[in-house]
Amino acid sequence: MSTIYLDNNATTRIAPEVLEEMMPYLTDLYGNPSSMHTFGGQLHRKVEQARGKVASLLGAEPEEIIFTSCGTESDNAAIMSAVESHSRKKHVITTRVEHPAVLNFCKHLARKGYRVTFVPVNHLGQLDLDFLFKSADDDTAVVSIMFANNETGVIFPVAEIAERLKERDILFHTDAVQAAGKLSIDLKSLPVDMISISGHKLHAPKGIGVLYVRKGTRFSPFVIGGHQERGRRAGTENVASIIGLGKACELADKFLHEEATYLKTLSDRLETALLSCCPDTRINGDVENRLPNTTNISFEYVEGEAILLRLNEFGICASSGSACTSGSLEPSHVLRAMGIPYTAVHGSIRFSLSRFTTNQEIDTVIQVMPGIIKELRELSPFGREKFFCPPD
Amino acid sequence: MWEYTEKVKETFLKPKNVGEIADADAVGEVGSIICGDALKLFLKVDKETGKITDATFQTFGCASAIASSSALTEMVKGKTLDEALSISNQDIADFLGGLPEQKMHCSVMGREALEAAISNYKGEQITRKEEGTLICKCFDVTEEKIRKVAIENHLTTVEEITNFTKAGGGCGECIPNIEAILRDIWSLKVPEKPVKPKKLTNLHKIALIQEIVENEIRPGLQADNGDVEIIDIEGSKVTVALRGMCTGCLMADVTIKGIQEKLRELISDDIIVETYQ
Repeated sequence: MSTIYLDNNATTRIAPEVLEEMMPYLTDLYGNPSSMHTFGGQLHRKVEQARGKVASLLGAEPEEIIFTSCGTESDNAAIMSAVESHSRKKHVITTRVEHPAVLNFCKHLARKGYRVTFVPVNHLGQLDLDFLFKSADDDTAVVSIMFANNETGVIFPVAEIAERLKERDILFHTDAVQAAGKLSIDLKSLPVDMISISGHKLHAPKGIGVLYVRKGTRFSPFVIGGHQERGRRAGTENVASIIGLGKACELADKFLHEEATYLKTLSDRLETALLSCCPDTRINGDVENRLPNTTNISFEYVEGEAILLRLNEFGICASSGSACTSGSLEPSHVLRAMGIPYTAVHGSIRFSLSRFTTNQEIDTVIQVMPGIIKELRELSPFGREKFFCPPD
Repeated sequence: MWEYTEKVKETFLKPKNVGEIADADAVGEVGSIICGDALKLFLKVDKETGKITDATFQTFGCASAIASSSALTEMVKGKTLDEALSISNQDIADFLGGLPEQKMHCSVMGREALEAAISNYKGEQITRKEEGTLICKCFDVTEEKIRKVAIENHLTTVEEITNFTKAGGGCGECIPNIEAILRDIWSLKVPEKPVKPKKLTNLHKIALIQEIVENEIRPGLQADNGDVEIIDIEGSKVTVALRGMCTGCLMADVTIKGIQEKLRELISDDIIVETYQ
């Protein structure tokens, strides 16, 4: 049985070109770029080339790119730097639907005595912009709002937020972990101050992240030690992964538009088929402003983990916002913030596609899903009055 | 990814005894869709023998909830109600070759559904929640349930309580309360019986009697406007005089007996208390 991997918002396959590019640095060329000898020192140039490629994907300058260990570190470092370098300001704004890397860091700050505003969203997952702009004041050290949501794919109006905050001279960070490589980001025209990116969400390996810090932005390092990354992030460079990420960004740049159209066609087809074959099924999130690869569907009256394990029997990988899969006992904070009914939250499934997803794979999901939902609903004490149309 | 046993996976993929029994003799319903799992158990009971002849279920929940429900129905069939009641949540987990720690609440839900169904059969008021203080607001868990599950499964940490009952797994506000309950359960509940001094010198015995009468007996009598005075202590014989309202009280004998009991309990079994004539 082959694996049908539709969980690309969790992590992605390392692109073959990326792996190929990395291999020499995992084997023969193991030097340290900080060394004085050629064997190590020659790697410095390779790291800088990769930095150039990452910068190019974002429309940034290479010296604005800091390599980190992951998206979470980038998020933590950005917010920490903002509050440390504006020590008189004691207010932070974020949203209720952020990734835990931002959300829990902000809660941590709240425990440390900071005032934290969590901007709400509506039932479509759209941000309450009025609330956001009213909350911002002279005491606000930083606003951290994700570019696109990892669970629903809903895209926030980052450009508008950035412009408005820039007018008021408020620092703005965006977690673009899900957006990078899927949406075009041009920092020449987009006035955000800091951006976080994670390598493994765009076909680079795990363990490499990026923090973009706009030139002229005050920065206070999070990981303190050696002089690496121009003193802004200590620790010996993860050379192979940096080079891999460079290649991944180059590929993302190349495939961006073509890929977006392809993914949109696939996920639309998947959604339409599932909605028509399974009654009491709903799409979560604003379908007009959404990542092309993400679809979040709720199957009422059944529980997400049960669906995932049945899908697993067919080799299909997806994820769920249900309590049983969250690692805690509470279901998705994103769907709850949107006011999605509990019945639907527990039965929510996220399919996230990539350029490696094929039409045949989508066909398989469309084929098996109605049967799985039907069987699990027959087990369920809820929603017994529902009937099913036969799948095509 | 949960580490489910093959038996859990197999039972989840091909659950037995699914559905309703239209003319069920007993129905037990626990959990709620809001909490993320719910189980409805149907039983058919032979009135002559008291045996469960059929059992089915409907479950909304994860793989282990479905597997636990199926296991429960398999386990109770053919048993009398009393035999069925002896099935613990651990038995359900064992039947499935074990459940991941974090999923033990699924087996607890099975046990609860069984209790609810049997209460229903006996015509008892189905109390879906035991009376008592609500501890975990997120998952609607009472102190009684926490105590019961903790004692039955020998749980000593908040994490274990969360795994078995979900309590504390939401906002976490109730964690200090759960800690307090656990401390209360596992510290010795019965106050230790005072150890009787083994061998007493006369002097020591007299001092002890005086101390007990002074601190433990007189305050009680004085509260009722009575009093007692030690007249003499000779060996094990304590002579006292009742004072105040105790004088001439119809209950004087009982009071004297009470004093004797207390002294016997705390000092020595051979003590005799007499009234000064």
